[in-house]
Amino acid sequence: MPFLSRGSVSPAIKHAVCALALGSLLMLPLAAQAERIFVSNEKDNTVSVIDGESLEVVETIRVGRRPRAMAFSSDGSELFVAVGDDEAIDMIDLESLQVVRSQSAGDDPEVIRVDPNRPHVYISNEDDNIVSVIDYERRTLVTEIPVGVEPEGLGISPDGRWLISTSETSNMAHIIDLEAMEAVHHRLVGARPRHAEFTHDGRKAWVSSEIAGVVSILDMEESFDVEHVIRFDVPGVPRETVQAVGVALTSDGRYAFVALGPSNRVAVVDQQSYEVLDYLLVGQRVWHLALNGDESRLYTTNGVSGDVTVIEVDDLRAVKSIPVGRFPWGVIVEP
Amino acid sequence: MRTLSRSLCWLAMGGLACGLAWPTLLPADTPAPIVVGYLGMERPDDREPLSVLDPVLDDDGLQGARLGISDNNASAQFLGQEFVLHEVEVAEDGDVGEALERLVEQGAEWIVSGLPGEAVSELMAHPARGDRVVFNAASPDDELRGEACHPELYHTTPSRRMLADALAQFLGYKKWDRWALVYGNTEEDRILAEVLRGAAERYGHRIVGEEMWPHDPLARRAEGGFHAIQREIPVFVQELPEHDVLVIADETDYFGEYFPYQTWAPRPVVGTQGLIATPWHRAHESWGAVQLQRRFEEFAERRMTPRDFGAWLAVRSLGEAAARTGSVERQTILDYLLSEEFELAGYLGLPVSYRTWNHQLRQPILITGPRMVASVSPQEGYLHPRSPLDSLGADEGESTCRF
Repeated sequence: MPFLSRGSVSPAIKHAVCALALGSLLMLPLAAQAERIFVSNEKDNTVSVIDGESLEVVETIRVGRRPRAMAFSSDGSELFVAVGDDEAIDMIDLESLQVVRSQSAGDDPEVIRVDPNRPHVYISNEDDNIVSVIDYERRTLVTEIPVGVEPEGLGISPDGRWLISTSETSNMAHIIDLEAMEAVHHRLVGARPRHAEFTHDGRKAWVSSEIAGVVSILDMEESFDVEHVIRFDVPGVPRETVQAVGVALTSDGRYAFVALGPSNRVAVVDQQSYEVLDYLLVGQRVWHLALNGDESRLYTTNGVSGDVTVIEVDDLRAVKSIPVGRFPWGVIVEP
Repeated sequence: MRTLSRSLCWLAMGGLACGLAWPTLLPADTPAPIVVGYLGMERPDDREPLSVLDPVLDDDGLQGARLGISDNNASAQFLGQEFVLHEVEVAEDGDVGEALERLVEQGAEWIVSGLPGEAVSELMAHPARGDRVVFNAASPDDELRGEACHPELYHTTPSRRMLADALAQFLGYKKWDRWALVYGNTEEDRILAEVLRGAAERYGHRIVGEEMWPHDPLARRAEGGFHAIQREIPVFVQELPEHDVLVIADETDYFGEYFPYQTWAPRPVVGTQGLIATPWHRAHESWGAVQLQRRFEEFAERRMTPRDFGAWLAVRSLGEAAARTGSVERQTILDYLLSEEFELAGYLGLPVSYRTWNHQLRQPILITGPRMVASVSPQEGYLHPRSPLDSLGADEGESTCRF
């Protein structure tokens, strides 16, 4: 699949091209199948595939050792899985559901993000204090960007201009200019920052901190500063167990969902006022979150209980838990 | 890929070293660096681990402080701060005061101590210290956190009582509440036995019998040593009443390692050998600990010990406080260390912080076998109004420390 080069095509055209590409895909018989949810099981070296209609595991894909973060290639044909102990990214063909190739990815790749415009995958290499950039079509290393100690979370702006890398020991959000491929701003956030997620309009970034149990909101238009900190207080739960990890934001700007780790809760936050609206009880040690295509459902991975909780977004209710492999880490819904 | 990755790294950074060796790109108006002094003591010649599998270390603790400085500087460079370490080691019966004077002359404003308890008290009382703060990263003496506490003394390594409480909670979870206690003939072991008795009482266990191991250390590598041990240990413990666990108190590691599999009754060995309570262990890899383990091993070319971990925590505490406050001033940093805001990620699942009443770092404690972590205390169900972590060690109400 040829990629669209940056700057030469307007976003509107890009979307149209994407829609066309998707449209032609939809003509295929495969189009009839329901939404699929992919869950990486860190201890089992597998990816579970859940059928979005029956809410059951329909397939289990064997991958490399210690699978964690996942991302789709921009053309939606492959699923990339960071397999940390194999120091690689396994690429799963979404038709055959098999690993078709594996790309070496430096020391202990944990979190990956795919560039919306270029065939780039960004990888946080925890042991080397760098973010690696790999061209997944040419299968070459593009560059390495130095950041703080133990880079972990990565977030990419919808326009592909900014990448945020969070470093767990430096406790910083490093804001990387993807044109220059270098970190240009460094902002302190809460202890052990884990995850970065841009709002759909690209104006803010939500950065969660596991140990501090907070989410820092960064202004991504002018100052790049932390302009608000959201704290969580789950009644009846020890404060130390409230640890913020995964973040999912609805595209209409209404809700934010924050996984609160060993407190076994997902916080529902008003995306505009930052007010915490509710805490939803899910499985044990909830880690990452994903919204489905029409954002009617939220899926959570619960590491200790080894399951996925399904939450209906309309009435903010957990409706089902689906047993998956051991230590489910990441979750992603097929676009 | 590895080679390529390395060479690209060199290119990208214009020839500056990659990885841990961070370039110090400091702006012109850089404030004075934060100078830390590490004061260690030479290992006594007869202090070697009983098992030949354990390395004999001469830089125990020091390497943790060095890595802490390196980690601090990786962040400090983005904030216009810099950390510097000076190191002094005194002989076993050396002059602690003289070593301190040397560190002070080199500009050390903060001291990390790898000294045993008595030498820590000496250090605190020495006039050269001025009002410099000392982080005790090595001594588990409860006295230093109690009667002998000092407002300028902080403890990053857990007290004996914290370790004993952590073990007692786990044994409570297992309902193994009949303990037989065997302790060594050293002063440390006499104190530890006393602390274990206290922990047993607090957590509803019963010590059904006690024996003191009367012998001095044996030759570490005697030919056929185990033949004698195999006959000696069962006889030594067979008079002990029916028990669930055999608790060993052998801090200097001179006999406890002989006990597993040699007991009269088929009972697990716990305490300072067998299943142990410790702030750090190589088998611990949860909560990102694998990153610290790897970083340390690459840095020091050996495994990280509990003492390294204590020194690392001390230096990292300073790094965290300086980064958060944007200050290198002593009082600003200290105020922050003791504030509610201070939370350090210690790779133990819960944030660690200092107790205001005795300056002990509250921290989870690993319960581990020689090759695999069994659990982490505090155990679920042991409640505390402030933090479950305060169920380990002397609590505010009972502490005998008065600053």
